[in-house]
Amino acid sequence: MSRKDLATDLAELEQALQGTSGRQYWRSLDELAGTAAFQKLMRREFPQQADVWPDSLSRRHFLTLMGASLALAGLSGCSVKPAPMGKIVPYVQPPREIVAGEPLFFATAQPLPGGAVGLLVESHMGRPTKIEGNPDHPASGGATSIYHQASILTLYDPDRSQTVTYQGRTRAWTEALATLRTGLEKERDNGGAAVRILSEPILSPSLARQRERLLKSLPKAKWHVYEPLLQDARLEAMRLAFGQNLDCHYAFNKADVVLSLDADFLGSEPGNLRWIADFMSRRRIRTPASDSTQASMNRLYCIETEVTCTGAKADHRLAVRVQDIEGLARAIASKLGVSTAGSSGSAGPHEKWVAAVAKDLEAHRGRVLVLAGNRQPVAVHLLAHAINQHLGNVGQTVFYSRPVTEGPSPRIESLRELADDMRQDRVRLLIVLDANPVYSAPADIKFMDALERVPLRVHLGLYQDETARRCHWHLNEAHFLETWGDARAFDGTATLMQPLIEPLYRGRSAIELVAFLATLQETPGEELVRSRWRDHWNQQTRGPKTDDAFDAFWKTSLHDGVVAGTGFPIRNVALENDWQRHLEPQASASGASSRPGDESFELAFAPDPTVFDGSFANNGWLQECPKPSTTLTWDNAALMSPDTARQLGVELGEYAHGGEHGGFKMPVVELKVEDRSVLAPAWIVPGHADHSITVHFGYGRESAGRVGGQRDQKVGFNAYAMRTSSQPWFVPNVRVTKTDRTHLLACTQQHNLMENRDLVRSASLEKFRQKPDFASEPEKQKEIDETRRAPAPLEFYPPLEPPASTPKWGMVIDLTTCVGCKACVVACQAENNIPVVGKQQVAAGREMHWIRVDRYVGGTAEAPAEFHFQPVPCMHCERAPCEYVCPVEATVHSAEGLNDMVYNRCVGTRFCSNNCSYKVRRFNFFHYADFETGSLRLQYNPDVTVRSRGVMEKCSYCVQRIRHAQIDADREERPIADGEVVTACQAACPAGAIAFGDLSNSASEAAKWRSSPLNYALLEELGTRPRTTYLAAVRNPNPELEGG
Amino acid sequence: MPQVFPRAMNILSRASLFGSLLVAALVLWICLVYTRSPYGTAAGVMRVQQVPFSHQHHVGVLGIDCRYCHTTVEHSSFAGIPPTKTCMNCHSQIWVGSEMLEPVRASYQSQKPLQWDRVNNLPGFVYFDHSIHVNKGIGCASCHGRIDEMPFTYQAKSLLMEWCLDCHRHPEREIRPRAEVFNMKYQQPANQLELGRQLMDEYHIANETTLTSCSVCHR
Repeated sequence: MSRKDLATDLAELEQALQGTSGRQYWRSLDELAGTAAFQKLMRREFPQQADVWPDSLSRRHFLTLMGASLALAGLSGCSVKPAPMGKIVPYVQPPREIVAGEPLFFATAQPLPGGAVGLLVESHMGRPTKIEGNPDHPASGGATSIYHQASILTLYDPDRSQTVTYQGRTRAWTEALATLRTGLEKERDNGGAAVRILSEPILSPSLARQRERLLKSLPKAKWHVYEPLLQDARLEAMRLAFGQNLDCHYAFNKADVVLSLDADFLGSEPGNLRWIADFMSRRRIRTPASDSTQASMNRLYCIETEVTCTGAKADHRLAVRVQDIEGLARAIASKLGVSTAGSSGSAGPHEKWVAAVAKDLEAHRGRVLVLAGNRQPVAVHLLAHAINQHLGNVGQTVFYSRPVTEGPSPRIESLRELADDMRQDRVRLLIVLDANPVYSAPADIKFMDALERVPLRVHLGLYQDETARRCHWHLNEAHFLETWGDARAFDGTATLMQPLIEPLYRGRSAIELVAFLATLQETPGEELVRSRWRDHWNQQTRGPKTDDAFDAFWKTSLHDGVVAGTGFPIRNVALENDWQRHLEPQASASGASSRPGDESFELAFAPDPTVFDGSFANNGWLQECPKPSTTLTWDNAALMSPDTARQLGVELGEYAHGGEHGGFKMPVVELKVEDRSVLAPAWIVPGHADHSITVHFGYGRESAGRVGGQRDQKVGFNAYAMRTSSQPWFVPNVRVTKTDRTHLLACTQQHNLMENRDLVRSASLEKFRQKPDFASEPEKQKEIDETRRAPAPLEFYPPLEPPASTPKWGMVIDLTTCVGCKACVVACQAENNIPVVGKQQVAAGREMHWIRVDRYVGGTAEAPAEFHFQPVPCMHCERAPCEYVCPVEATVHSAEGLNDMVYNRCVGTRFCSNNCSYKVRRFNFFHYADFETGSLRLQYNPDVTVRSRGVMEKCSYCVQRIRHAQIDADREERPIADGEVVTACQAACPAGAIAFGDLSNSASEAAKWRSSPLNYALLEELGTRPRTTYLAAVRNPNPELEGG
Repeated sequence: MPQVFPRAMNILSRASLFGSLLVAALVLWICLVYTRSPYGTAAGVMRVQQVPFSHQHHVGVLGIDCRYCHTTVEHSSFAGIPPTKTCMNCHSQIWVGSEMLEPVRASYQSQKPLQWDRVNNLPGFVYFDHSIHVNKGIGCASCHGRIDEMPFTYQAKSLLMEWCLDCHRHPEREIRPRAEVFNMKYQQPANQLELGRQLMDEYHIANETTLTSCSVCHR
């Protein structure tokens, strides 16, 4: 099947669209074009079945098999013997806190770039199983990102490095420490001049202290810092603008108008949770009345290249190349009266857009927020600071404080200096702490060659990664859930990290190792962290400095997950007078106005939305989590706009396994800059800027593990290989050639389509005020049509009358606030023991996620006007179509309205999935769950059955959490309170877009949401009466730009 | 052509027609009986444990309360198996030289836990919660039988789903006042059904539809 006719189809469809009045939404280019192949394949529930069947069967043979399997089907549920009797092993001395059968929660934090996020970790009898956000922590507020959810899987990852090794052979920790001791003692005489340490940016105050001790004992040693997601421009701009190293903080809840210059602040990056919550606190629209929330609904303008979560949620989005953003920033700044020495920039074709934005910013002085993304050059950052100061936002929506990281500022210069020293044989001992520069260093630094010259190289890390393999010694690090430590959040608030479990493989933390390097003695991590905070406490406390008083402080801090009063004070800073001096005239002053030549393409880099900088590459949950805007899994790709694709001759590839549940065989393009090149599968993204190609880091790992890629079976391509330190985020000119090769991409975009039956509803705030019932109107129209045809609705089944006093569970999902970050997907996977199925199975449409996030695009393929994310869990229909067709009653209704799935009755007919209007049922085609690997078994939630082959499964509304809360309430003879049952997806959601509760209690949050005029149900016309409903999306576009 | 089968075969063929049905029914019946028998359910099978602990002696004769050892039964899904420490509370003072108790002392000294064979076991997809049952007036003896008369502990009931459902459909037949939950010698009064209904109201026990929903026990 070729897609040659796609262009013509698209053109036809666009014509067709022009005739209709309302906004049309579509999920994929194929759906938009409505190709015949797509139509055909969409009508089949499990189209890949036929492909997998090994040989063709005669009808007779088929019936024989069928009869035999039917006859034996019931037997699989029977066992002659009672369940196997295990042993019960009680404690000898019971720990006081542990009540067998009840989980405990411990506060800790996960250090990730951008600052640590406070977590509460659920522990079952000493076994951490699930991570939740710590509501008292400023960076979390109770929410988590996909990285926090997935870190529990990293803890139990069987590919984690389990021993100390010397040149690949197993050694003992004592041997490694002895080698280090001899090495350091030799270096001590000359002050450690030939000793180098390389680490990631230091978020831990205890590690910072050990670093100071080390540098005191070896004064000439040097400590280098490297992070792959370079922030040089951001940090440098602050230093230039304010004359000091700073960090910048934003109060999105106070901003009426936000302008993002390539900053994906709503994306899935780890530090964004607080921003998402603050931003969305201004978008909780329930009624059309102009009450306080709505009068102040914020507005978001976004200029970006790739389609990010931020761009998707923006009220106005402009897609331009990364390099053109500077011109637009200059144009906006000069419109606002900020002097932009050098070049005032030109908005080119976007003149009207820029003028309207500038006017809107001006009108909301002091309540505006302008922020620039990491990828942008210094000038754009400077302009953002200048606009914020010019409009009086500093102190209102923008704040500055000392930088969160301690030690040297993380700049690329630091790594280059180290590489130069190594190359000139000035380094005799290198210790790499938890960094992987061999994989992620920019190509021009040639880190690997330099590294090989160092006579003694030691690596501490969680994995035997690329750097570990090129070091003499590899020391296995303890996971953050296994060690004592501490870490600062974005605002400086420190959290003490406590071990949730004894290190599985006797690993040690970076703090412990550096303490050893400094003192040549082993000190337990707890003591190191305690002494750091004892000194802090000694300085802070005014009362008696007794051990007991400190103990109380220590315990409170551990328990709360935050050390009180450690947030950094706000610094009052002003722009240096001569800040404009640093605004170099733009290289191509014409900026966006020039139409780039047909042959020139820009190559833009970005961290991957799921595996991030590559450090999460071996995490199956993250690999399989569909990336928000592309819904690709298990791969990165060269992302490009439909226009660019057309220029390059790239077409939508062939379906690999069948349309609806499709994997795509996409053409591979070669990207070439100077002598560096990579082969990357192309992927067409509507809404991507033209003449720009985005590639994500984090793939192409040579030594990540069985999931993330090994030398002989790489996953994706390595985008770091294309990067240089002078052009760390984009290359203005890349040569792109299409090759004859194709590559299979597993994309869930078209999985589980419900066809376009008005599934996403959205309106502007203005329209919502004029017509509050816009969301429910389409149903009414259909109802009218329906009643014309049939006199009365037919009903086969007796009405289900739930007894009074029984709760009526329901869920409401707010499409206005959902940012599509997928935290719900991974949280659900962690809570409900959902297996990972792998790329081939995803390509066959068999991913097991109980909640999926559909992406809808409104408008044309070339110029999409709107993006929407729609999380779809089981609807728990009151009239559930699945229940009527199950021959063995494996899916039945509970009195509370839950659509129960009884795994042990299921014989795998899949009739239910066929009959499900929402396509939310998932089938275990193979034995996906891992019952064998010991460490992975530890992760399973003991309250949820691990499903085996041949069983259907789906969202249960986290029934285990409902029952737990219900039993607690019942025991205390009280009704279950609203908010007592929190589903896993709801708990993780940083935007607060999910409400769950008892719909029969009108005071419950879910019932209140449901009574909003925005409430609508999916496919309500089918009469399924879903318990999960949606609040239509409300957007706040600028009237001046509407229709333009 | 002569007949292939003699006349007598008529009876045989009739017999085999009905007989096969009978045999099928018999096989089915045997299966059903077997699964309900102690062979299938393990009910009534005494287990020889590492330490010959006698509930009869400790509960029946000495009158120790269930909760002295099964401490979490009122608060957790799991009733709790006593740690070695609990045994040693008394046995560091009495029967200190007993040979039977040697494994207990060894465990206490070596800090290695005792290992008990499970007596009551439910399949993995059943999520039973002790706390809610004892808090709603289901006596220990209702499921575990007369523990105070068991020198060796055994599973008293079949633990089949139909047995669970009997009670979930008609809780009034088993409910007793909360004060009597841990009383092994409790006798149901003559007006049990009446009392049961009254207690169901008092303890806010859910109705049959709710109690027999699948997800109450299966997740």
